Amino acid sequence: MINYIWLVPVFPLIGFLINGLFGKRMSKHTVSIVGPGSVGLSFAWVLGVFWEYINLPANAKPVEVVIYNWITAGTFNAQAAFLVDPLSLVMLMVVSGVGFLIHIYSVGYMHDDPGFARFFSYLNLFIVNMLILVMANNFLLMFVGWEGVGLCSYLLIGYWYEKQSASDAGKKAFVVNRIGDFGFLVGIFLIFWTFGTVNFREVFGQAAGYPVGDAIITIITLCLFVGATGKSAQIPLYTWLPDAMEGPTPVSALIHAATMVTAGVYMVARCSALYVMAPVSMTVVAVVGLGTAILAASIGLAQNDIKRVLAYSTVSQLGYMFLACGVGAFVAGIFHLMTHAFFKALLFLGSGSVIHGMHGEQDMRKMGYLKGKMPITYAVMLVGTLAIAGIFPFAGFFSKDEILFKALVDGHVGYWAIASLGALMTAFYMFRLIFMTFYGEKRWDPHVHPHESPPVMTIPLIILAILSAVGGFVGIPLLHGWNVFHEFLSPSIAHVAGPEVHHAMSFELIMMFVSMGVAGVGIFLAYKFYIKQPELPEQVTAKVPGVYDLIYNKYYVDELYDATVVEPIRNGSVFLWKEADSKVVDGAINGTASLVERLSAIIRKLETGYVQNYALGILIGVAVITGYYLGR
Amino acid sequence: MNFPILSILILLPMVGVALIMMLNRENQWVIKGTAMAVALVEFVLSLYLWFGFNSETAAMQFTEQYSWFPSYGISYLVGLDGISLLLVLLTTFITPICILACWEDVQDKVKEFMICLLFLETGMIGVFVALDLFLFYVFWEVMLIPMYLLIGVWGNPARKIYAAVKFFIFTMVGSLLMLVAILVLYFYNHKVTGVYTFDLLKLYGLQIPFEMQFWMFLAFGLAFAIKVPMFPVHTWLPDAHTEAPTVGSVILAAVLLKMGTYGFLRFNMPLFPEAGWYFVPLFAILAIIGIIYGALVSLVQVDLKRLVAFSSVSHLGFVMLGLFSYNMAGVQGGIIQMINHGLSTGALFLIVGMVYERRHTRMIADFGGLSKVMPIFATIFMIVTLSSIGLPGLNGFVGEFLILLGAFKANMAYGIVAASGVIFAAAYMLWMFQRVMFGVVDNEKNQNLKDLSTREIVVLLPVLLFIVWIGVYPNTFLDKTKASSANFVAMMEKAKTTKVATADVIMKGAQR
Repeated sequence: MINYIWLVPVFPLIGFLINGLFGKRMSKHTVSIVGPGSVGLSFAWVLGVFWEYINLPANAKPVEVVIYNWITAGTFNAQAAFLVDPLSLVMLMVVSGVGFLIHIYSVGYMHDDPGFARFFSYLNLFIVNMLILVMANNFLLMFVGWEGVGLCSYLLIGYWYEKQSASDAGKKAFVVNRIGDFGFLVGIFLIFWTFGTVNFREVFGQAAGYPVGDAIITIITLCLFVGATGKSAQIPLYTWLPDAMEGPTPVSALIHAATMVTAGVYMVARCSALYVMAPVSMTVVAVVGLGTAILAASIGLAQNDIKRVLAYSTVSQLGYMFLACGVGAFVAGIFHLMTHAFFKALLFLGSGSVIHGMHGEQDMRKMGYLKGKMPITYAVMLVGTLAIAGIFPFAGFFSKDEILFKALVDGHVGYWAIASLGALMTAFYMFRLIFMTFYGEKRWDPHVHPHESPPVMTIPLIILAILSAVGGFVGIPLLHGWNVFHEFLSPSIAHVAGPEVHHAMSFELIMMFVSMGVAGVGIFLAYKFYIKQPELPEQVTAKVPGVYDLIYNKYYVDELYDATVVEPIRNGSVFLWKEADSKVVDGAINGTASLVERLSAIIRKLETGYVQNYALGILIGVAVITGYYLGR
Repeated sequence: MNFPILSILILLPMVGVALIMMLNRENQWVIKGTAMAVALVEFVLSLYLWFGFNSETAAMQFTEQYSWFPSYGISYLVGLDGISLLLVLLTTFITPICILACWEDVQDKVKEFMICLLFLETGMIGVFVALDLFLFYVFWEVMLIPMYLLIGVWGNPARKIYAAVKFFIFTMVGSLLMLVAILVLYFYNHKVTGVYTFDLLKLYGLQIPFEMQFWMFLAFGLAFAIKVPMFPVHTWLPDAHTEAPTVGSVILAAVLLKMGTYGFLRFNMPLFPEAGWYFVPLFAILAIIGIIYGALVSLVQVDLKRLVAFSSVSHLGFVMLGLFSYNMAGVQGGIIQMINHGLSTGALFLIVGMVYERRHTRMIADFGGLSKVMPIFATIFMIVTLSSIGLPGLNGFVGEFLILLGAFKANMAYGIVAASGVIFAAAYMLWMFQRVMFGVVDNEKNQNLKDLSTREIVVLLPVLLFIVWIGVYPNTFLDKTKASSANFVAMMEKAKTTKVATADVIMKGAQR
């Protein structure tokens, strides 16, 4: 099956074409078989490939499947070829598996939407590009998937294109991502002119021969990271992701939580061989990740839109993944990527179920008391919340704990402290969400009648809840030799040079309890604020109005960007057009023309048409010339 | 190969012109049908070039030579290499599409319109295959006339005369300087070799002193730069595009602009290679200014056609930057980008023409929400927009990537600054698309717009086919230009070393 790995993206491609071209004329039933079915086939194929791969002899790994030479010019060659290795397999399973569940869920969620077929064709196209992104064996083909998922994100954020805010958000996402892609592109140029190839394995092989801290590799990794900050919504390019919540909720779950936004983390992990050569870049990655984690978590504390809370939470969790990469714990980063895909997809889909049941209401201030009305949704969301808050034994506990622990043993006590503070905030804002949504008093509009969602939506939720509950056991950090995930991935990941740090198991255990305690404090605070003393939040915000406004308004970063980047460019462009182009450049040309015209008007006066005048002219001419010669 | 395919391709449209002249002007359908048939036969015949072309050699193929004014060394010499092959095919491909596109649009003076189109085709093919400088100049000038008429007669009544005259005078100014330079070259060659000839291939070998190259490069360069058009001699383009009828804009964008870039590649750089190196900073920086400037000005346009016109300035800036990088990636990228621009921008003008036919306005503010009423149109428009933005998987990316890769090699700063153009491209195209296609249909006049007719879909489908083809499998086309590009790059590389020598001479001269 491995040799036919190209079928994996081809299935959803066919689904995209069928639903895109003929969807309007097909019944909803057919559309909902083609759309999710094609992704299901991909998932099945991926599982087959996975099974085949783990049974391959070690010397046959990893597998590269070349399809054709894509772009050849001079010494440059980029193939359309796929790399099958542990890292791409993990990503393939997450993308096709979670993608499949979200496709099924969408059948229920989007059922009454007039653009049903269009929705599924976009969703399938997204899966195609995401699969290309994680399977590519070279930087340029990865870039194809990279921009392709950006396109689908654009199309799906702006899916309800009649809404101005939706199409604005789509455009913002695309353009901000392009800023990141610019960095990625420059990184690719540098890679090619440094190594003479864009193939991953060739580049990494050559890079190993460079000294650690080499300038060119540092610049390359920084350029690539610029790309990652765009796609994975990190400082300073994170502002598009919260706006992306304009898209339908399954889109937020699939693209803006589980898969696409993790592409930057995947890319950094894929290039771990380059990053370990560049300590400066590692520090940048860690600091940016940590900064984003804490910044976004703090914004999440004060949001009232259920999806926005989750969006800032996603930004924050992505920050943790980058922190992991930055301290050299790439496997922990990918582990958290996977568990996050489970529980964040779950949380988004759960919030979708709430929104569905509440007839489109997204403001948590108008919810409350939903626990009894939507028992399944409540239960699964609670599982997801426990997972993200890092409570044993849910999936997020293992992955987040590993990141915090790796930061600590790597000697970064400061990183650990700040990240723990972020974890506290995470537990707080997530339980705030749970309490505001499901507990307390009814705050619904009178015409709203909350109801549980149909099985087509709740079954994927339950599966994701199971994964969020037990998914962490593949990578138990404590028991060495039992960390299956770590061992499976390690052939794909480079290690930071230096002696292996050994530490006592008891130390690890203590830290686990510490992080549990931190989460517990967050949960307790949320309980106190939103269950025990509901009047408390208002009292606190009244005491520190400035701080609250700052956080509530997301530190005014959007306004800052508008004032310092967007507006100057727009005004500058108007100036270029109206002043420079029309008046100076074209003015000079029209000026020349009218100068000629004016001169001609003067000269034309000589052409009177009277023979006498011409005769006079001739006479004067003759006189002057004769005079000149006589006088000489 | 004795089959005179190139002459047939040059003459066939003229035969069509003669045929149409004999037809009764009342029989519009017969006239259109004849024009269409001629253009289709022309396209099919041109495929003979594609299949008969040997992509392993950089030598001129399908050459024909007949003496014309032997005493002056003027001959009818035509031939084709990988660079001109793609441009000739683009011409024969786009012409029938244009005829079909204006099938219902043009009601007035149909006979003359079709004559102009076919006449133009002869001129365009002639320019791309002429290997005799005199012959080239003839075609170069001949082609001006039908285009001038297309704008001046069938253009937008309000400003068509202004636009047509501006187009004509701009081009003429450049052409005259080029004519002078051609003559200087001609006499200099006689002085050195004792032979009078306009044969380009013979003139290629001529060693010209640097001071002379300097002025000759500028003289040719101005003519071509106006045509491209490069900043700051681009201002005729927005006017010409805006006022021209739809197919006039399409041909202008798809083929005529390429004559400028082709001119640099065929004449300027190989004839005056040392000057070619000397002028890299000037032209590369002008190209980069064009990329950014064109994009920024596009951003704030209120008229769809003007927006597309300024985007051409930006795209052609990419092409020029690629050519001036003098390496394989840049040159091959530049050539493929000429084709890409022809397809994408040609399609954009067709698309704008289609909404113009329905609404008789080109103002962005008059639209909004068209996706709702015209879904097929919306899909095609989206694909073409993405192609223009340079989305990987579609054609524009292949060209832009190779150009930037080449430019980056030539000079890192050029590559980085130019690459920022991809951000602006996304911004202006998507913003335009949003304002035209998204939102609610708030203008009553847009509520009952008809989606594309079968004819209109047929017009756009072939272009879409190549937009995807070049994006997914560009090597089909890159293979054809490989040998010619390698030859060009080698020629420039050789001149790079002699450039040092010439510069030394000048330095010594200054010391004396």
